[in-house]
Amino acid sequence: MGMTMTQKILASHAGLSSVSAGQLIEADLNLVLGNDITSPVAIKEMEKMNLNKVFDKDKIALVPDHFVPNKDIKSAEHCKCVREFALKNDITNYFEVGEMGIEHALLPEKGLTVAGDVIIGADSHTCTYGAVGAFSTGVGSTDMAAGMATGKAWFKVPSAIKFVLTGAPKKNVSGKDVILHIIGKIGVDGALYKSMEFTGDGIKNLSMDDRFTIANMAIEAGAKNGIFPVDDICENYLKMHSKRDYKIYSADDDAEYDEVINIDLSSLEPTVAFPHLPENTKTISEIKEEIKINQVVIGSCTNGRLNDLRIAAEILKGKKVKKGMRLIVIPATQAIYLQAMEEGLLRIFIEAGGIVSTPTCGPCLGGYMGVLAENERCVSTTNRNFVGRMGHITSEIYLASPAVAAMSAIKGYIAAPED
Amino acid sequence: MKALGTVFKYGDNVDTDVIIPARYLNSSDPKELATHCMEDIDKDFVNRVKPGDIIVATKNFGCGSSREHAPIAIKASGVSVVIAETFARIFYRNAINIGLPIMECKEASEAIKEGDEVSVDFDSGIITDITTGQTFKGQPFPEFMQKIIDSEGLLNYIKNK
Repeated sequence: MGMTMTQKILASHAGLSSVSAGQLIEADLNLVLGNDITSPVAIKEMEKMNLNKVFDKDKIALVPDHFVPNKDIKSAEHCKCVREFALKNDITNYFEVGEMGIEHALLPEKGLTVAGDVIIGADSHTCTYGAVGAFSTGVGSTDMAAGMATGKAWFKVPSAIKFVLTGAPKKNVSGKDVILHIIGKIGVDGALYKSMEFTGDGIKNLSMDDRFTIANMAIEAGAKNGIFPVDDICENYLKMHSKRDYKIYSADDDAEYDEVINIDLSSLEPTVAFPHLPENTKTISEIKEEIKINQVVIGSCTNGRLNDLRIAAEILKGKKVKKGMRLIVIPATQAIYLQAMEEGLLRIFIEAGGIVSTPTCGPCLGGYMGVLAENERCVSTTNRNFVGRMGHITSEIYLASPAVAAMSAIKGYIAAPED
Repeated sequence: MKALGTVFKYGDNVDTDVIIPARYLNSSDPKELATHCMEDIDKDFVNRVKPGDIIVATKNFGCGSSREHAPIAIKASGVSVVIAETFARIFYRNAINIGLPIMECKEASEAIKEGDEVSVDFDSGIITDITTGQTFKGQPFPEFMQKIIDSEGLLNYIKNK
């Protein structure tokens, strides 16, 4: 029986010629990732167990990004713990505040995640690297600790849902609309424990930034990972960003899937997920009432990349945000920030009445830099709209693309740019 | 090993943000986390929960972030087992890795009600609702995961191996 793309990567890293869904395996890891919230727990666990050595100082990435620059004394202590661990173990890929970025934007940009890798990260959005043809999945701090100590992790081999993407998305429809559409269709546990394997000739019409956004939110459908085939666009990206050798795996023709779902990208519309689940989606034309909002966030590991900022800037250029609107723009990495500055995008955001922040996860998880008060509403390009996620438990988050977010900031209510 | 306690009942998709809101993630101290456990879905949970109590929920319990703080907070608050129809996969892993007992059982997750007295026998997987007299058969763990649980967590398991 054939294997899916994910199964092939896992088999090769477990030293097996083949694996099948449900099988428990131990796989070698190419990279173990942690941030300022999850790493301290892992580091303390390692210390408690007297696991004093890391398996490979080059294969661990530590990225303080959630409450960084330190939002309070306790966060500062967490960051200090990570920094000291990185120093003590001579970790190559520790990123201090001036070098950093939001982990899932930063690591591919730095070339640390390439096709064929097996990657675990103590952050649920680690599934992002499926965009470059890697198997990557989120784990907790204990798995991270075990991974740092041994270079291995146990996995239950997942079955898969195949998504066949055809056609080209319309103007103002991007990766965010594709993944929100899919989550709306299958639900927040629609791919529970499974792989989401994206295929089809529509993929060539999706930029790498679109693919990162789509793979990033696979977890929002409960998936173990989301993964894209490696095509020319992906290979160009890998060559531009990484010096590492990569390996291309493709699904067997006779691979078994639990389900095959066809999606015509040209039929998709700008899509918004209503509170309080990413599956509560409506297309922009289904929203009849004016939903007034107080804040717009453009950023995060989902939509803080250069293309996202370009799309938002194109809409905001020469316009002003609605009086009383708080527009918060957060480039996801220092390199994206710099490039956005050189392209004049930051000037557009500031002249429109927005603010631009250094890279941080801050508002996405209600940490800081844009926490919501009672009954406030936010249109956000982030990934979760759970109760209380961005602040007060009565506040509401509407998940959307950078295009919808930018237009909503101008209008003061949820709106999409017209074609 | 057995658990016995009063049930706190929740619905579908109880996410890690309501189990332990991110505003408290500047701490990783189990005791401190426990003082905010379930705060955004059930303000009274921390005042009512007693050692041994049981959480029962329906689908996709623990969805959302990878924060191990979520099962840590539940365990530190004294909860002896979480029963659900399904668990989100990272939460499932984390619970096993830190030694918080969990059990998948669709029938139990539907039938058991808030405030019921319930006992769980981990060896047999039998869940008994003492209040109603109903019994259910939960999903036993694969042998490999049982070994991690028996070692009281993943790190002990890899150390002992």
